Amino acid sequence: MSDLVVWSICLPLLGAAATFVGPGRLAPAVGGAFALATAVTGAMVTWLVYDGGVMRHELGGWGAPLGVELYVDGLNVFMLGMTAVVALAISVASLTYFGVRDHAASGPGRWSSAGGYWPVWLTLWASMNLAFASADLFNLYIALELVGLSAVALMLIGRDTQVLTAAMRYLLASLMASLGYLLGVAMLYARYGTLDLYLIGAQLTGEPATWMAMALMSVGLFVKTALFPLHFWLPPAHSSAPGPVSAILSALVVKVSFYLLLRLWFVVFADLLSPTFGQVVGVLAAGAIVGGSVQAILQRRLKLLIAYSTVAQLGYMFLLVPLTIPYGGSEAWHGGAWSGGMYHMLSHALAKSAMFLAAAAVLLSVGSDRIRHFRGMAHELPVATFAFALAGVSLMGLPPSGGFVAKWFLVSAAIETGQWWWAVVILGGGLLTAAYIFMVIRYAFLPPSPPAFKPVPKLLQATAMVLALLAVLIGLRAVEPFALLEMGTPFVEAAHVGTHQGEVAE
Amino acid sequence: MNWAYWLPLLILFSSLGTGIAIFFLDEDQVLVRTVLNLAGAVVKLLLTVLVFVGMLTGVAYETRLPIVPGFELLLRVDAISILFMSLSAVLWLVTTVYAVGYLEGSPYRSRFFGFFSLCVTATMGIALAGNLLTFFIFYEMLTLATYPLVVHRGTRSALLAGRNYLFYTLTGGALFLAGIIWLKLLTGETDFAVGGILSDFVDSHAWSLRVMFVLMMAGLGVKAALVPLHGWLPQAMVAPAPVSALLHAVAVVKAGAYGIVRVVYEIFSTPVAYELGLLGPLAVLASVTIVYGSVRALMQDDLKRRLAFSTVSQLAYITLGTAIVGPLASVGALVHLVHQGLMKITLFFCAGNFAETLHVHKVSEMHGIGRRMPWTMAAFTVGALGMIGLPPMAGFVSKWYLGLGALAAEQGWVVGVLIVSSLLNAMYFLPIVHVAWFRSPAGPWDERMPEARWETRMMLLAPAVTTALLSVAAGVFAASPISPLAVAEIIAGRLYEGL
Repeated sequence: MSDLVVWSICLPLLGAAATFVGPGRLAPAVGGAFALATAVTGAMVTWLVYDGGVMRHELGGWGAPLGVELYVDGLNVFMLGMTAVVALAISVASLTYFGVRDHAASGPGRWSSAGGYWPVWLTLWASMNLAFASADLFNLYIALELVGLSAVALMLIGRDTQVLTAAMRYLLASLMASLGYLLGVAMLYARYGTLDLYLIGAQLTGEPATWMAMALMSVGLFVKTALFPLHFWLPPAHSSAPGPVSAILSALVVKVSFYLLLRLWFVVFADLLSPTFGQVVGVLAAGAIVGGSVQAILQRRLKLLIAYSTVAQLGYMFLLVPLTIPYGGSEAWHGGAWSGGMYHMLSHALAKSAMFLAAAAVLLSVGSDRIRHFRGMAHELPVATFAFALAGVSLMGLPPSGGFVAKWFLVSAAIETGQWWWAVVILGGGLLTAAYIFMVIRYAFLPPSPPAFKPVPKLLQATAMVLALLAVLIGLRAVEPFALLEMGTPFVEAAHVGTHQGEVAE
Repeated sequence: MNWAYWLPLLILFSSLGTGIAIFFLDEDQVLVRTVLNLAGAVVKLLLTVLVFVGMLTGVAYETRLPIVPGFELLLRVDAISILFMSLSAVLWLVTTVYAVGYLEGSPYRSRFFGFFSLCVTATMGIALAGNLLTFFIFYEMLTLATYPLVVHRGTRSALLAGRNYLFYTLTGGALFLAGIIWLKLLTGETDFAVGGILSDFVDSHAWSLRVMFVLMMAGLGVKAALVPLHGWLPQAMVAPAPVSALLHAVAVVKAGAYGIVRVVYEIFSTPVAYELGLLGPLAVLASVTIVYGSVRALMQDDLKRRLAFSTVSQLAYITLGTAIVGPLASVGALVHLVHQGLMKITLFFCAGNFAETLHVHKVSEMHGIGRRMPWTMAAFTVGALGMIGLPPMAGFVSKWYLGLGALAAEQGWVVGVLIVSSLLNAMYFLPIVHVAWFRSPAGPWDERMPEARWETRMMLLAPAVTTALLSVAAGVFAASPISPLAVAEIIAGRLYEGL
C-alpha cells in the first residue's frame, strides 16, 4: 500500500514528461488527466493514513540511516491532501484559463506558450509531494530546490516585463535561501552523521554548530516563506504571475517551506525551542499580520492586495510557534495551538486559491486590476464576486469557516497560556482583514459604469466558488482533519521515534 | 435521527434554501421568485407552529452537529426560542409581501431577496442557538447577510452607512468572541441553561467574570444599539424600507437584545449577575439609552431617522427589564421583544408607504396626509399610540410589567424613567399624528404611483394594516393562552422556578 506514496510523486512526473514530449495541443488533456490521477492518489494516501496510521516506504529497500526513505504521518498527509484538493481545482481552472483553443492558435497570444504550463506545473506538484513525503534533510533540500525553480519557471508563462523582473527577484531570493538551508544541512551531517530528521532530533545537543545550522536553515526558510520582514519578493511575484499561477504560489508553494520549517523546529530542534524563541517568532508574525494587512489596505490593485494579504495570513500561521511552545512555567506543548495554526494553513490555501482564481476571472472580464474599475462587479460577475467574498469570510475568520475554527483555537491557546497579547493581535488582525476585503466588495456593489465587462469562462468562476465554499464548509465539519492533525503532532516524541524505528504500519 | 432532530435544521433550511435558489434566478423571473419567497416564508411559519405545538406537548427539539470535539453546533427549541422564532417567522412572511410590492420594477431584486432570506436564516439560527458558540456563528452571519441589504442602493450615503455598520458590528463581534472563548476556557461549556452555568465560579473568578460580561455586552450592545454603541443604527436607515423594517423590528437589533436576554438569564443567571454587581450598571446604561434615544428622536425631522432613534430608545426597554431582578420585569422584557417588533415594523412600513406613494420623507411634509392615505395613517397611529404605551395597545402591556417589576424589586427610579420616556414618546409621536389628521395639506401631493383602487399598492398597504392589527391584538388579547404575554409568563416562571 505504501507504494501509493511513491506514485503520488511519480505520477505527476510522468505527466510532466508526457506533456513535454507529446504534441502541444494534447497537453491540456493529458496534463488534466495526470492532474486528476495525482489528486486521486494523494487523496487515497490521505485516507489510508487516516484509517491505518503512519506509513513508511524504503526506497530500494534501504531504510534510514543508510538509505532514503519516505515517511508519512498525519501531518504529511494533511499537506498531501490539501495539495491534492487545491491543485486539482487549480488544474481545472487552468484548463479554461489558458484555453485549449488559444494554445492551438499560434498567433501572438498573451501567453508565450500555454503548452509549457503543464510540464512545469506537474513538476512543481511532484516536487511538493516529494517534500511532504520525505523525512530526510537532503531529500528535502532537493524537493525545496525543485519547488523553487519550477515555481519561477511557472511564473515565466506570463510574458510582460513585470513578470520577468519579479521572477528574477524571486529566483535570487529563493536561491540564496536554499544555499543557507544547504549549509545548515551540511553542518548537521558533519556533526550527527545522518540526514534523517528523527534520528538527528533524538540525539540533538545544543552546541554552537547546531545553533548555527538552525539559524541558517531557519533564515533560509523564512525567506522562502516570506515571513515579515523578509517578504520583499512575494507581493510582486504573486501579483504579476498569470491567474492560476498566482493561486498556486500563494496557496501552496509558500506552505512547503512553512511545513519544512515546522518539521525542522518541532522534530529536529525541538529541544532548543524556548519561550523566548517563540516570542521572537511571534513578534515577526505580528509584524506580518499588521504590516501585511496595512499594506493590503493601501493597495489600489486587486492582485497586489491579495498578495499582501498572503503576507499577513502567513503571520497567523507563524503565531502557532509562540502559542505551541510551553510558556510561563508550563511544561506541555499546546496541541490546540498547533492544530489551530495548521488548520489556518488549510483554510488559507483554499480561500487564497479561490480568491486568486476569482481575481483571474475579474481581470479577464474587466481587463484591469484596478479596484476602482470594479464598479458593478456584483451584478456582472456574481459568482466570482461571491467566491471572493466567501473566501474573504474565511480570511477574516468569521464563522462559519475554516478560518474561524483556526482563530478559535489560536485565541483559546493565547488566553489559556496567558499570552493574551497574541489574542489581541489575532482578533485585531481579523478587523484589518475585513477592512481590505470590504474595500473590494464595496466597489462591487456600486452601480456599474463603463468599461463594460467581457464574458469569462463559467468554469473558471465555478472553480473559485467551489474552493471558497470548501473554505467555508471546513468550518462546519472539522472533526476528521483534526483527527488527522493529531496523528501528526510532532511533540509526542517518544511515540514518534518509536513508530519510526519500530513497528510501522505498512 | 427523527423529527425532533431534523426539524430545527429544516426550519433553517426553509429560508436558506430559498435564498440560495433565488440567487440563481434571473432578474426578470419575478413570478418564480415571488412564489419561492412566499413558499419559503409560509413553510417556515408552518414549521414554527408545528414546533410550538410540539414544545407545548413536551417534545424536545434538539440538533447537535460536532465541529471538533468540545465544539459543537447546537440547535435547540425552548420557550425563549419560540418567542423569537414566532416573531421572525410571522414578520418574515409579512415583510416579504411588503418587499415584493416595494421593490416592484427596481434593479437587483434577486440579490436583494437572496440576502434577505439569508438574513432571516441567521435570525432563526440565533433564535435556535443552544450555546454561545452557535449563537455567535449566526450572529456574525447576520452581520454579513445584512451588509448587502444596507448598501443595496449603492449611493454614497448607503456605502458610508455600510462601512460604519461593519465597523461597529465587527469590532463588537471580535470582543464578543474573546469573551466567549474565555468563558469556554473557564467553564468548559457554553450551553444556555436555566440558572446559568457560572454559579461555581462566582467566588473564585469574580473579576474575570465581570470582564467577560463587559466583553460580551460590548458585542451584543452594538446590535442592541445601547448608547454609546448605537452610532450605526440611525445611519443604516438609508436602506430600503423593508430592510429598515426588518432590521429595526426583527433581525439585527433584536438579535442583540435577544442575546442580552440569553446571556444574562442563561449564562450568568440573574442572581449571579446581581451578586457580581453587573445588573445595576446595565440598568443605568439602559435607562440612559431610553432617555437619550427619545430626546434625539424628538429633534429629527426626517421620519425614518426619528423612528430609528425611537428604536434605540424602545429597544433598551428589553435590556432594562433584563437588568431588574424579578419575574415581573422579566415578563416585561420578554414580551417587549415581541411587542416592539410588531409596533416598529408597522411604523416603518407606513414610513415606506408615505415615501413610495407621495415622496414624503419628513415629518414637516406630513400635514393632512391622513386624508390622502387614511389606512396607512391609521396603522401608523396604532403603532405610535402603542409605542407611547396607551392601553389597550401592546406597548402598554410591556410598560405595565416593567413598572410592576421595578416596584417589586424596589427600584422606584425605573418607574420615573418609564414615565419620562412615555412623555417623550408622546412628544415625538403625537405631533405627527396630530398634523397628519388635523392639518390641511400644504399643496397637491407629489404622486409617485399610478392611480389605484386603494390609497397605495395593496401589497404595501396590507402588511402595514396586518401588523398594526397584530400589535393591537397582542395587547387586547394579552390574557389568552397563546399571546406573547402568556409565553413570556411561562418563560419567566421557569427562570425563577425554585428561587
